[in-house]
This record gives sequence, structure tokens and C-alpha cells, in this order.
Amino acid sequence: MSVLDVRNLRKSFGTEVVLADLSLEVPEHTATVLIGASGSGKSTLLRCINLLDTIDDGSIYLDGQEISDPAIDVDQVRRKLGMVFQSFNLFPHMSVIDNITLSPRKVHGVSPEQARSEAMDLLTRFGLADKANQFPDRLSGGQQQRVAIIRSIAVKPRLLLLDEVTSALDPVLVNEVLSIVRDLKSDGMTMVLATHEMGFATQVADEVCFLEAGRIVERGPAAQVIQNPQLPATQEFLRRVHEAGRL
Amino acid sequence: MSTHDSPIHDNVGRALSSVDPLVWSPSAREVQRIALRKKLARRRIVVAAISTLIVLGSLAAVLVTSPGWKVVNKTFFDWSYGLTVLHLVIKGILTNIGLTLIASVAIGIIAMCLALARTSKSAAMTPFRFLATAYVDIFRGVPLLLVILLVGFGIPALRIKIIPNSVLVLGTIAVVLTYSAYVAEVIRSGILSVHPSQRAAARSLGLNQSQTLRHVVLPQAIKRVVPPLLNDLVALLKDTGLVSILGVIDAVRAAQIEASRTFNYTPYVIAAILFLFITIPLTRYTDRVLLRSISRQNAEGTA
Repeated sequence: MSVLDVRNLRKSFGTEVVLADLSLEVPEHTATVLIGASGSGKSTLLRCINLLDTIDDGSIYLDGQEISDPAIDVDQVRRKLGMVFQSFNLFPHMSVIDNITLSPRKVHGVSPEQARSEAMDLLTRFGLADKANQFPDRLSGGQQQRVAIIRSIAVKPRLLLLDEVTSALDPVLVNEVLSIVRDLKSDGMTMVLATHEMGFATQVADEVCFLEAGRIVERGPAAQVIQNPQLPATQEFLRRVHEAGRL
Repeated sequence: MSTHDSPIHDNVGRALSSVDPLVWSPSAREVQRIALRKKLARRRIVVAAISTLIVLGSLAAVLVTSPGWKVVNKTFFDWSYGLTVLHLVIKGILTNIGLTLIASVAIGIIAMCLALARTSKSAAMTPFRFLATAYVDIFRGVPLLLVILLVGFGIPALRIKIIPNSVLVLGTIAVVLTYSAYVAEVIRSGILSVHPSQRAAARSLGLNQSQTLRHVVLPQAIKRVVPPLLNDLVALLKDTGLVSILGVIDAVRAAQIEASRTFNYTPYVIAAILFLFITIPLTRYTDRVLLRSISRQNAEGTA
């Protein structure tokens, strides 16, 4: 069974249709990469999966359970999901370690000692152990985003959603963030990520979906969609990405 | 090797003063500049002193040469008389301070409840949201003096046993009613100022509404509204003087009693000076807190 199954999803903001009849399945331990221009619906799709936005039609299943049911306990669903934002969204009034342990302690009922030691293990693994007691504003953008990723996986999610996690970063900081994502992928984490980093997408993606106007217009393995796109729209998009020096 | 590559020459071949850039003594030009800066600084001090002297001097001149100055000086600035009433006014201002301290605790609690009710989105809170909005509208819209009069004379008329008929208690209630509405709005604006992405991040970590509020939104909101709340504290201290209208013997009332006994208004000036003794340090402290929070926000922005 797939971890995530999105069927015929529709979402509009007022008269603007953002997602139109979009379907997507994500099997366990795979990474699905969403590519497409800004406004094509990538972020909205991730926010709908996370129930941060309500959908207009269609259904979303997580581990076979329909989470688009209006009566569902959204907090229960979100405990199974991790989300990383483009703008990090670390809590500025908390130290790195408190940012990471907040949800394990308050939501998952992990003892403070255990939450702390698990968080330290993750920080050590990703080379941030010395930043544990720092506040986010003392960290570089790349470090902040790495902490945000650690925060989202500290609750051991079934599915990790990454929304353009390197778009707000200096080019030299991008790689330190992407290497964490690569590590998580090789750990077997199931994930859906929106990105403009095509080289990175090629490395981690089991499936690449090219979105245009709220639809997945081309999908397949990275080798096919990114290296050898079939549709003119995909070719045009990749050509523009290439011009911007991101390929 | 050309001269251009030598470490003691710059890129156009001019000799540099030192091989090691860390060993440095000011160049002749820099020495000149330092001297010039000192000269300009001295000139600024002289200009500031002269302008201050002229402005304050002419203000003092207008005051002292005014036809009524002699009388005013005697009836408002009679320091030897002022000294004899000082202890009475100090006793009065202790009432203002005590009232302020007790009221600010009550205001904090009520205002927080009002702000939470107004910002809550849950269905069960609908009546409270409505009531809180009505409360804020009413008590922000009615002058404090009127609220004091209405409470001071209205509540005793109800003859409810548990509310004591002490004017001090009634005055405090009136001040708390009005200030809760103001402070609630300050706290609410703080809550609304926390960026929605912070809520999104908290919710996506599985925190529910109230956990998000308690651990993520409120700590940031309160930090931001501390400067305006300190401002309100200063205003509160001054406005406690209004309860004197009910007969509470605070600093204003104590001064009034003395002034009407002797027809000398120096006690009022004494009361004003006593208020300033508290409010000026408090406002300076508020300024410091405000500056600190601004520089912190700027640091957040550049991070």
C-alpha cells in the first residue's frame, strides 16, 4: 500500500484554480519530486496534504486512511507528517534543542530526557551538536534549515514534506541542506519535495512530477522527465531553469 | 618577479608602508582627519550650548517677566511650605502606587482572557468572542472619569453584599475595567503580529490550537508588547489620580485638601514632582526595552 494516495484533488483560491484533478501516489521509502514554475501548485499541494489548506474536491489517503474527511482529527494526522518550509519557520524564542524537542515532548509524550538525547543524536549526526543551545538568529540560513529538517524528523514521521527547502538560501549553503535530504532518502524516509534544484532532483527522485497550472502534466523517473522531457511545456520550463544556472 | 607582485608594493607599484597589514600606524592623512573630526566635535558642542542657553534663557525670561510671576512664584513654588506637606502627599502617592500594583495584576489577567477570547476561532468560544468584543468597545469608548463615577456611585446602589463599599475598592474596579480593555487590545495586536508561518510550523508538528498558542504564539506576542504595556503602566499610575474624585486620599486628593486649606498651590506642584520621580525612570526604562526589542527584531531580519 502506498503511504500517500492523492486522488483527483481540486483546490482553488476564489476564482483562481490552483490544483485541478491532481492524482499522485507515493509508495513507501520513495521520494517524489515536484517541479514546475512558481504558482504551478507545488506548495499548495504540500499544504493540502498537511491539512494546512482545505481541499475543494477529491480525496487524500495516508496509509489507507482518508485524511480529507472533515471530521478527522487533524492533529492526529499531522503527528504522522513532517513538514519543512522554504522560510525555515524555526521558533525564534526557543533554542535549537527546544525547537527540536517541543513536539516530541508536548505532542508525542516523550520524556524530556529522552527527547533531548534523541535530538542530540540527530544534531550530532548532521554536524550541529555545538549549536544545540544557540538561538535560531545566531545560525546561518543553511544551519537554520538543517535544524528545521531535524525538527521535522524528530517525531519520526511516516511522510516528510519539503517545500522548496533551499530556495531561501545562499547558493553556497544549498548543498549542506541537500546532503541531509540525501541522507534521509538513503535511510528510507518516504518524502514528497518541491524543488528548483534539478541536479538534486535527479539524484533523489524515484518519480519526478512536472506541474503546470495545477496539473501533473508529465511524470516519470528523473532520467526521463528531467534528462529527456517529452512535452514542450516541460522542455520550455527546463530550458528556463537551465538558463538560470540551476541545472 | 615584477614590482607588482612584491608584497611591499601595491598593484600600481607604489611602495606600501608596512609588509604586515596587521602592523599599522595611522598615515599622515588619517592623523589630519582625526584632528579635523575633533575640531568639528568641539564646534558642535559650542553650538549646542549656545542654542540651549538662548532657548531656555528666553523661556525663563518670559516666565519671570510676566506680570503675575511674583504671585505665581509665591502660591505655586513656596518650597518651605511644600516641605511641611511633603509627608502627606507622599502618603497619598503610596496609595497611587499600591492601587497601580494591585490593578495591574488584575488588568493583566482580565486583558489576557479578553485577548484570547477575541482571537480564538473555536466554535465553542463564539459567545465569549462576542462578549469580549462588546466589552472592549464599551470600556475603550467611555471616558475613565465617567466609568469611575458610574462604578463609584452605581455599584453601592445595587447593595450587593460581597462588594465592599470602600471608595478605594470601587475606584480600583473602575480603573481595572477601563484598562483591561486597552491592554487586551495591545495583547491582541501582539498575538496577531506573530507571523502565520509560525502557527503553520507549530500545527504541522502536531501541536493543537492551545499548545500552539501557549508554546509558540504567546511567548513571541508578549515579548513584542512589553514596551507598549510599560507605556500603559505609566499611564495607569497617572490615571489612578482620578479615583480621588470618589474621595480616595491619594496624592492628588492629599494635595487638594492642603491647597484648599491654605490657598497655596505648592502641594499640587509637589504631587506633580512626586509623580515625575516615578514616571520618568519608568519611561526611560520603557525606551530602553523598546530599543532593545527593535535591535533584536533587526537582528532577526538579517539572520
